[in-house]
Amino acid sequence: MANALDSAIPVACWSCHVAQNDLTLFCSHCSKIQPASAGDFFQVFRLRRGFQIDLEELEREFHRLSRRLHPDRFARASEREREWSLADSALLNDAYRTLKDPLFRTEYLLKLEGAEIGEQHAGKNRPQNATDVSRVPPDLLEEVFELNMQLEEMREAKAAGAADPALQANLEGAKKKFDGLVDAVDEELRRQWKTWDEGDAPAREAAKTAMVKLIDRRRYLSNLVRDVTETLGA
Amino acid sequence: MADNRVVGIDLGTTNSLVAYMEGDKPVVIPGVDGSNLVPSVVALDPIPLNGGRPTVTVGNSARRALIETPERVIYSVKRLMGRGLEEVKSELKLFPFRLAADIEPGEVPRVQLGDLRFTPPEISAYVLRQLKRNAERFFGAPVTQAVITVPAYFNDAQRQATKDAGRMAGLDVLRLVNEPTAAALAYGLDRGKEGTIAVYDLGGGTFDISILKLRDGIFEVQSTNGDTHLGGDDIDNLLVAIALDEIHAEHGVDLRAHPGAVQALRKVAIDAKVLLSTEPAARFDFELPNGDSYQREIPRAVFEHLIEPVLDRTVNPCKQAMADAGIVPEDIDEVVLVGGSTRIPAVRRLVDDLFHLAARGKRPHIELNPDEVVALGAAVQAGILAGASKTTEELLLLDVTPLSLGIEALGGVVARIIQRNSTIPASATEHFTTGVDGQTNVAIHVVQGERELADDCRSLARFDLKGIPPMSAGLPRIEVKFLIDADGILRVSAREQRSGKAAQIEVKPTYGLTDEQVESMILDSFDHAEEDFGKRLLIEARNEAGSILSKVEQARANPAWSQLRGEEQAAIEAASHRLLHMKEGNDTAAIRDATLALDRATQRLAELMMDAAVTEAIRGKTMASAAEELEEDLTAPHPMAPAEFK
Repeated sequence: MANALDSAIPVACWSCHVAQNDLTLFCSHCSKIQPASAGDFFQVFRLRRGFQIDLEELEREFHRLSRRLHPDRFARASEREREWSLADSALLNDAYRTLKDPLFRTEYLLKLEGAEIGEQHAGKNRPQNATDVSRVPPDLLEEVFELNMQLEEMREAKAAGAADPALQANLEGAKKKFDGLVDAVDEELRRQWKTWDEGDAPAREAAKTAMVKLIDRRRYLSNLVRDVTETLGA
Repeated sequence: MADNRVVGIDLGTTNSLVAYMEGDKPVVIPGVDGSNLVPSVVALDPIPLNGGRPTVTVGNSARRALIETPERVIYSVKRLMGRGLEEVKSELKLFPFRLAADIEPGEVPRVQLGDLRFTPPEISAYVLRQLKRNAERFFGAPVTQAVITVPAYFNDAQRQATKDAGRMAGLDVLRLVNEPTAAALAYGLDRGKEGTIAVYDLGGGTFDISILKLRDGIFEVQSTNGDTHLGGDDIDNLLVAIALDEIHAEHGVDLRAHPGAVQALRKVAIDAKVLLSTEPAARFDFELPNGDSYQREIPRAVFEHLIEPVLDRTVNPCKQAMADAGIVPEDIDEVVLVGGSTRIPAVRRLVDDLFHLAARGKRPHIELNPDEVVALGAAVQAGILAGASKTTEELLLLDVTPLSLGIEALGGVVARIIQRNSTIPASATEHFTTGVDGQTNVAIHVVQGERELADDCRSLARFDLKGIPPMSAGLPRIEVKFLIDADGILRVSAREQRSGKAAQIEVKPTYGLTDEQVESMILDSFDHAEEDFGKRLLIEARNEAGSILSKVEQARANPAWSQLRGEEQAAIEAASHRLLHMKEGNDTAAIRDATLALDRATQRLAELMMDAAVTEAIRGKTMASAAEELEEDLTAPHPMAPAEFK
């Protein structure tokens, strides 16, 4: 998404012609709805870029803006105000959905800050198969290899209609372990959030690099957990 | 004011209703027969065409025709809305839909009624037009704007088909609202509640579960799930199938060859089903065409065992909805039951189990009539859009899209661009490029659903991006914006970014009518709409006047008449005289005024007669049983109805 601040052309309110700056959804002078110019999700909520967000406050602001922007409020307005309300509410909803979820928010801000994230956000596409060896974090290589063998065995056993309690217990143990690893990643992510939000430029750069790696590791781990859960549940 | 009234319509599989906001309260508008429910049944009259237009009957009278002329009648058409031939085929085994024989693949299926053919939206349009007329008669003014409800789990095509039906009926559909959300709105309005609520909606043909968070007048849907082909119809079909098999085995008669008899049997089955909600057993008693009679007793236990597989199909959607909302049953503060099928005790037990209600000392909400609550909620939403009342001013509904939106990528895999349960309006922007030098077209296939492969999802449309400036392969950068609007319907726009040219998009909906087709199916020609409407209102006003006059005439013989004071009698005489005179003229408003004046003048007479009737009814009975009977007989008179003299 292009940054709104790149363009220096002043935009005027369509109704009262007072000049607007920034991403504006309402005219600062006459309060009329404005077509959304390009801007980022933080600007929608008038927030400073940061990984740590007060979710209660975010929800309150989301409700407040929804009351003003939602198409229901413009059912009797002019055609173009209706169109703007639709576009603005979509932007508001997309922004809220992204910012309220810790992972979506992290990936989104990392991208805004120019980081390269392998795939688009976590829930977007079905991620690649966890057995893709090239993506295995080196410290987990051995365990993942072992786990994949067990998963294969389990699938075969299930397909044959046979129960294997020992294997079942093994896999349940592995799931617990990997769940724990996901939690550890989340904790580390939160530490890096704080570093980025409060640090100087070099600290930010380091935190950014760390977070990109953590996100990658987390995605890998949660795919693994999902595979185990699916195999156990199937 | 009366000119821009927005009504709320529940276009149901079995029954449809229309409601409006009377001040701060949603109220259902009854039909001419006084009934709030209009059965969603359409019959083609067996009389010659009227000026090139087929004459149809809608509602109770159409339902009666179901047994005599089943080949000219259609019901449960909602099951066909927005669906393709392949999808519809499975329905044909269970429903007596007769499809036209020569439907091309990709064409909207048409049903055969007598010797005419109709698309499902046209049939629905007849039902909508009936509701529109009921509302117009009630208001004495044209009604052109409506909110219509749809099952939350309806996909894009089913929603579009519903909107098309509205347009054909001469209604500007301001919003499609999800049925469970509408129900929550009707409940939330009464209570000003905060918290998390689940709406379990098992209707005639569809099942929805929605989980909402209520806070500061904002109804925010967290998740929704369902099955657009699951409902009371399935239970009826089960009972009918069993009876048909037994009749075949015991009496050697295959009723399947007699559509009228199957419909009669269906009615017996529905009656038995309804009875089993309150009685321990019901009886099938059915006369066969050969004079034999088929009799069978169905104890409730047997019935519940039979329908268990149907009810069990609601369990997984509920669990998925809770998982998607990130909650467990204990997080749910209230459960609201919607749809006629939730009257079945086994359904209530299942809901209790699913949401751990009894264990937490809670009971599901059934205070509002489950047949009417969706229409009432639609009226509230209509009020919100019209901005007409203080009550609705503070309310806002934030709904979600029930199904994920995706694009078919290489290898037939779906790339999701908008996740299910995203708050709408929602949007996603994707970039596309070309694979061949000088390529000027790019085709995009959009699907809806949760499966991995495009083939397993519902194909929505194929978009052809045209007019891309010829460039080397991979160089064009086409930005495509997908936007799901507040009705849950997809809109697409595209732009080639390097040249800045808006790319031309040609949308081919996989199933659906083109704008021109919808236009050609509009029921009433607008040229004469105003004039026709005026005539219709005049006729109706005269009829009402005639009816109150004849009632007054009869009342003169009632003992209550002599209890009136002399000047009261004189006032009635004068008002009757004036109405008689006005009725001969062409002034609709004057006739209505005179009718109302006579109604007012006879108020005390009506009360005296009512008192006499009550005294008569109570004589020789306990108070309790008398009160019960009175409750049934003496419902509050309708505000617009002429005074009742019985």
